[in-house]
Amino acid sequence: MRKGTPEMNKALKYSIKVRVNGREIITKVDSRLLLSSFLRENLELTGVHVGCDSSNCGACTVLIDGDSVKSCTVFAVQCDGSEITTIEGLSTNGNLHPLQTAFREKHGLQCGFCTPGMIIQGSWLLANKKAETEDQIREGISGNLCRCTGYQNIVDAIMYARDMVSEREDADGE
Amino acid sequence: MIDLRQISSLKKITEKGSYLLIGSMVSDRKIESSRLIKEKIPLIAAVANNIGDPQVRNRGTIGGSLSHADPSGDWGPCFLALRGSAVAVSVKGKREINSDHFFTGPFSTALKEGEILEKVMFQIPSGASGYSYIKIERKAGDFATASAAVQLSLDKQGRCSYIGIGLGAVSDRSIRAVKAEKKVVGKQITDDIISEAAESGSQETDPYDDMIRGSAEFKREMIKICIKKALTEAYKMAEGLS
Repeated sequence: MRKGTPEMNKALKYSIKVRVNGREIITKVDSRLLLSSFLRENLELTGVHVGCDSSNCGACTVLIDGDSVKSCTVFAVQCDGSEITTIEGLSTNGNLHPLQTAFREKHGLQCGFCTPGMIIQGSWLLANKKAETEDQIREGISGNLCRCTGYQNIVDAIMYARDMVSEREDADGE
Repeated sequence: MIDLRQISSLKKITEKGSYLLIGSMVSDRKIESSRLIKEKIPLIAAVANNIGDPQVRNRGTIGGSLSHADPSGDWGPCFLALRGSAVAVSVKGKREINSDHFFTGPFSTALKEGEILEKVMFQIPSGASGYSYIKIERKAGDFATASAAVQLSLDKQGRCSYIGIGLGAVSDRSIRAVKAEKKVVGKQITDDIISEAAESGSQETDPYDDMIRGSAEFKREMIKICIKKALTEAYKMAEGLS
């Protein structure tokens, strides 16, 4: 955990109650602690990558109450009462999320730095039916940078996951 | 720092008479997907759709952006083109701030200490109207290099009965191109008039040189293109409806 300066230690502490990846957490945070720092340093969820710390790169994308947001641009205290999902919370009972499978199958990652953000944003696109076309997916991940420039495989992976999910839904429906 | 999240009245979109009222904490996402806004003042939905990227729009709000008053922000030009007004509230009561007096400088507004922006009011355009928001950006999701929002109405004779031109990123604040508007209002719109208005609008700007998005001269040229395109699009749309 970050020690902080003496001034920071004197900062007001606020109680928050959040549910992170299904786990209820009640704790106290400084008013200006970023959500990205809270997740990485207080909860050790280091899958939340911090690339730019200025809302540009999207590597720190998480879901707050189902909405994808850049966690470097939200204060932890603002999440009181919210449900947060990070990359660590996407798999269920040890089974990879379809997007995680798809990124592996379609080589949707190279160095892997942007991957958690890409997958979380991809999950938001799938959940909100915003991955119907390739153009929609490209627009949908426009806030996520991949410095390996591996966009084509990322787009392919999201399309692959979308088709996997819809096939499953069709099978469930029958 | 005060968290306003729990005040639900700040998150409402309502229609009242000939006005749309948008709470200051309504997200860009909610605005771009609101059926009411798309139907009544589609310029507002179009502008919302142009902001940042999906994650930014999930989190960003119209009131937050207007109060932050970034000279390159997207809401400023829209607010000015629609001649909206901002409702400020404090323990002393409420007051309305006309869009022409809202921005007072870079990242500065007419909001006073102790006041919060409660909502923004927009008059719903009547008759044959058209709109356009043209934004030149260096890369996807960037702040504008130059941007122009246009709202236009035509009367039964096909003359321009309302014109609002708001410009972003070309001055120390979002500005209304008043002289350009004067070239258009009351007239039958032609290509020449549009070119004249674009020229005039460009002269009303005062952009600064910057290393990332270009020189002042470049931005003056770009804003001319934005105004021309936006006026042409808005006019064609209105003409199609008249």
